[in-house]
Amino acid sequence: MDQTLHVTLTVNDQNYALRLDPRTTLLDALREHIALTGSKKGCDHGQCGACTVLVNGRRINSCLTLAVMHEGDAVTTIEAIDNPTITMLQAAFILYDGFQCGYCTPGQICSAAGMLEEIAAGMPSYATKDLDATPQLSGDEIRERMSGNICRCAAYPNIVRAIEQAAP
Amino acid sequence: MKSFTFSRATNANAATHAASNGHDTKFIAGGTNLLDLMKLQVEGPDALIDINHIGLDSIEDTPDGGLEIGALVRNADLAADARVRKIYPVLSRALLAGASPQLRNKATTGGNLLQRTRCYYFYDTTKPCNKRAPGSGCAALAGFNRIHAVLGTSESCIASHPSDMAIAMRLLDATVETLKPDGSTAAIAIADLHKLPGETPEQETILERGELITKVILPPPTPGKQVYRKVRDRASYAFALVSVAAIIDKNGAAKMAFGGIGAKPWRVESADDLHDADEIADAVLAGAIGHGSNDFKIPLTRRTIRAVLRDARKG
Repeated sequence: MDQTLHVTLTVNDQNYALRLDPRTTLLDALREHIALTGSKKGCDHGQCGACTVLVNGRRINSCLTLAVMHEGDAVTTIEAIDNPTITMLQAAFILYDGFQCGYCTPGQICSAAGMLEEIAAGMPSYATKDLDATPQLSGDEIRERMSGNICRCAAYPNIVRAIEQAAP
Repeated sequence: MKSFTFSRATNANAATHAASNGHDTKFIAGGTNLLDLMKLQVEGPDALIDINHIGLDSIEDTPDGGLEIGALVRNADLAADARVRKIYPVLSRALLAGASPQLRNKATTGGNLLQRTRCYYFYDTTKPCNKRAPGSGCAALAGFNRIHAVLGTSESCIASHPSDMAIAMRLLDATVETLKPDGSTAAIAIADLHKLPGETPEQETILERGELITKVILPPPTPGKQVYRKVRDRASYAFALVSVAAIIDKNGAAKMAFGGIGAKPWRVESADDLHDADEIADAVLAGAIGHGSNDFKIPLTRRTIRAVLRDARKG
């Protein structure tokens, strides 16, 4: 008989007590069990970034992690209403038309929110010329750091503009 | 995905003990490679042991001026560590050249060393693959093999090792420490961790059932300029066709390790004494065999060696 496990997930500051098959990914738990369908399933293999959420403030692919591994973690999705960075990015994506069909947008915005935190924490990227210096936000840095998020409509130029605009 | 039982370990000894029960039990840390393979039923463990809460997630100085890296340190944190950036920039660069930021936030030091090949046929359960299904054959030999290895391969398997991080660690002469289910520990030179495919490509490392990587020790680096140069089909978020990790000293002598071309992280120590790029390439590529679509990797490796040395010597 298949195992089911009790797990309490904390998503956008709300607790959800769930009974899950351990095979349930965090993405499927969000979409199918909590009805937070903002996080999208694109490839389901960590290649497209549409499922990106923040876990304890860090961006991850929610399709490549099991929900039962996240008891006690703080999960933030595109539905978070009191996350100022996400709110700012949402406004900037609208202002700069950072999408066409919109399917990848929740992942783009959560990824950008995590990326701005990483920059603020001084974390380098492949585009960072000097590893000893504090990385600065630039077009090259944004493009490299957002390479885990694919946009099938290729709205990339406006996604970069929106992120530049939303950056503190 | 095949069903499995899930448990969370609270310390390393409990994890290894639980993994020695005779079933197909796997540790899960970042899970970014394992869950991908489980969804495709390339992997189908009976049990998963979550090792994210057993500690082993810090980076400590060693008395001789090196670093001791916990197996659960995330790739993103290792790349960003101030000591790694200063003393081992080749490791930071290699890590940052791999995967995407989301994956690096989850992927761990131990897991990265144990990640599986991205051979298309290993991933496709409708095709023969000696690594996935021993004895079934190798569809890559006469198939699409643009990403495959040219060194260390066999008639059974031509898969390439996919890691960037492991190439830098191979260059830096890392030691991998493990814990076995009986409580004993082992220190394994990274050169000895991965096995060549031979006739048993399903055996990728010398680790025993239930043996857990606990840390990676880096000795102080040899002096010189550290470089990681990765050649790939896209500018970001792609595996290496050829990658070179190198330390070039002030006399122009180079130590190098290679990704993308070998069945395991590739290094030819005897080339360390050579200065001329083509002599180095001759030594490194001795015995290289192309399989059609990947023939280009042999001259590409030679040109990448030249480029690395030319740029380093320019200063």
